Amino acid sequence: MLEKIIRGEFGYEDLPPAAIISPSPTSPSYKTGVWRTEKPVIDPAKCVKCLLCWVFCPDMSIKRLEDDSVKIDYDYCKGCGICSEVCPTKAIRMVEEV
Amino acid sequence: MSLQARYYKTVKDIPREDLFAPGHRLCAGCGAAIAVKLALKATRGPTVVVNATGCVEVSTSMFPYSAWGTPWVHVAFENAAAVASGIVEASRILARKRGGETYDVIALAGDGGTFDIGLQALSGALERGHKLLYICYDNEAYMNTGIQRSGATPTGAATTTSPAGRVIPGKRERKKNLVEIALAHNIPYAATASISHPLDYMNKVRKALEKDGPTLIHVFSPCTLGWRYPPSKTIQLARLAVETRYFPIYEVEDGRLRINVRVSRPKPLEEFLKLQRRFQHLLKPENKHILESLKRQVEENWSRLLKLEEAGVRP
Amino acid sequence: MARVAQVRKTAMMGDEAVAYAVKQADVDVVAAYPITPQTIIVERLSEYVADGELNASFIQAESEHSAISICVGASLAGARVFTSTASQGLALMHEILHAASSMRAPMVMAIANRALNSPLNIHCDHSDVMNARDTGWIHLFATDVQEAYDLTLMAFRLGEDRRILLPVSVNLDGFILSHSVEPLEVLPDHEVPEFLPPKDYPYAIDPSRPATYGAMALPDTYMEFRLQLHEALQKVPSVWGEVSRSFEEVSGRRYSMVKSFAVDGSDAVVVALGSTYGTLKHVARRLRDEGLRVGVASLTMYRPFPEDVLARMLGDVKAVVVMDRAYSYGGLGGPLYTDILSTLYRNGVEIPVLNVVYGLGGRDFTVRDAEEVLRMAAEGAERGGFPEKVVWWGVRR
Repeated sequence: MLEKIIRGEFGYEDLPPAAIISPSPTSPSYKTGVWRTEKPVIDPAKCVKCLLCWVFCPDMSIKRLEDDSVKIDYDYCKGCGICSEVCPTKAIRMVEEV
Repeated sequence: MSLQARYYKTVKDIPREDLFAPGHRLCAGCGAAIAVKLALKATRGPTVVVNATGCVEVSTSMFPYSAWGTPWVHVAFENAAAVASGIVEASRILARKRGGETYDVIALAGDGGTFDIGLQALSGALERGHKLLYICYDNEAYMNTGIQRSGATPTGAATTTSPAGRVIPGKRERKKNLVEIALAHNIPYAATASISHPLDYMNKVRKALEKDGPTLIHVFSPCTLGWRYPPSKTIQLARLAVETRYFPIYEVEDGRLRINVRVSRPKPLEEFLKLQRRFQHLLKPENKHILESLKRQVEENWSRLLKLEEAGVRP
Repeated sequence: MARVAQVRKTAMMGDEAVAYAVKQADVDVVAAYPITPQTIIVERLSEYVADGELNASFIQAESEHSAISICVGASLAGARVFTSTASQGLALMHEILHAASSMRAPMVMAIANRALNSPLNIHCDHSDVMNARDTGWIHLFATDVQEAYDLTLMAFRLGEDRRILLPVSVNLDGFILSHSVEPLEVLPDHEVPEFLPPKDYPYAIDPSRPATYGAMALPDTYMEFRLQLHEALQKVPSVWGEVSRSFEEVSGRRYSMVKSFAVDGSDAVVVALGSTYGTLKHVARRLRDEGLRVGVASLTMYRPFPEDVLARMLGDVKAVVVMDRAYSYGGLGGPLYTDILSTLYRNGVEIPVLNVVYGLGGRDFTVRDAEEVLRMAAEGAERGGFPEKVVWWGVRR
């Protein structure tokens, strides 16, 4: 149904009552990565696995892997640059989107 | 540091799971998003969030997209504490009458929804003693409607309804003291926190949820758009607010106040102010008196907290 | 009647009768704020809870705005919920009245109808509920204390029905019904759960199935959600039929959407809401004995508006007088008047209609007044018209 709503293929009776969104969350269907003008790039050689970028990312776009290394999820990253700013070893640099 | 029980000792203790999902429409670099994400990471089990109207509410619930991995309820701007009261009481009475589990309830509102329009509902809920945690994410103005002054806007700050004019340079009034208003209701726990200090904040959320009564956390959440600074500086600004003593981090529990982040050598307030366009006019010579008055407020507030802590009492 | 329960005859004030029904409904959460003339309702309920006669959470909120907000939260959490208010209190709730209906949060609210400020006045009129007319609530009106009791029980069943899921107001005239002791038949406690089983809310908050309530909707979906609300209200008449049949089985009392007296074969009908119906009926009975062909009608259900019933009922009469205990200032008349005018017009009934605006702020409407109005109605039917469109009854000029 979510896909149909997103495509605008619905009548009023198809919508859930009272706009209840169930189950949630559904926001991952909306890719905020398109907002980005600059993107963070990690230099794994410099990363000390402190996880600060993961802690502070407002968009849950930094994935903490099993070994505590991190990976950026560009589907949602809005390019705010907080990760680059909080990185103690300057392992994340912001580069212009092309 | 206090001897309090700590649920999260290092960053590595922070759970991997998120109950706050990506794809929300909050601004790039939003401080409130970090406040929400960390709070939800610190929940202890089934939790329901009640959200007042505001940035977080509109940006996370745009039909059919919801960013919430918990049940989430929005009704209006001024009534988050009341709606949360109803959910708490319903879950308790239904568990008693029909069996079943209760759950934790967090009411979440911005500073406008807390300091101003929601203050009465908050007071009512605190006085009635419902077991709920109220989190106010404070970005010091009505950001959702376009940066208007609130009761949480500091002296001198420029907003769209307290502009830095030639005659009146920014907001003239002082910021309300939310934690002390909450404490006047004799609640078991109230604290300030900053998103720059995630472990302190998360431990407070967890501790507050464990209390048997109403609790309040006032979390400082910079706003890139409203304060007019580059989005990458959100954490740096939150930290500077603490390090300049502009936003002291403390908690009040069992009748005692404890400062959780001791700032023995504060950085000059200007370091916090100069990064934000809302304060630019305060750095001009003709507005020196306003800057001085803001500095006095900061110092008075800090020394008062020190005295309270030393005396082993609460405000 | 299949089976009528052993009733207990007693006497109560309207407020007490409502509280008694709420207790028998085994409500889970009551949230309210004191305001005359409804306060007795919540006083009684708090006594029931304090004495252990009712297992409910009784919350005295710090305002009506919070009271109704608590009710919305509790209802979404799955609880059976009750509140009551009047006048300024209902006005203060107004914003959340819309949320309660459009979030599909069933609850029952008694309104002991009272005038609005200013000037301050604590006495009866319908300005309070008429302000809430278009909030998406079901609005029921009691004409006596028995109805206040009956409608309260029926309101829970109706609003909580899965096809409806809407809040319901039960209106009883302030002081005239709220504070008048009248004879009352109450159901035995054990009969009530059969008529009214515990609330089973299909969308109840459940942490094991996270859902988002009260989302934001943009212009691409907002109208669809509003139409859903209207459609839910459109389903009320048929569900009401089921609820009232089922209530008749236990009580022996039958409720339709519009109650009437001697309308068939009458030349003129006077339509009113609330306790005034009783006064009119009392006088009409006598006048009919004198040969005056007048009938009386009252809307038990004001929203959704029983258009079809009224169009049929008034289709064969020659004149109608509509009594309004509220007014649309700067408008065409009272709210019931404009509703009935619209009903007649769009059902092709061309008859004269007079609006009598009366009883604002508790101005007495006596049997003598009722007689005058009934005679006026008959005269309008005879002459084929009324000299005026709107009359402010009894105003000193």
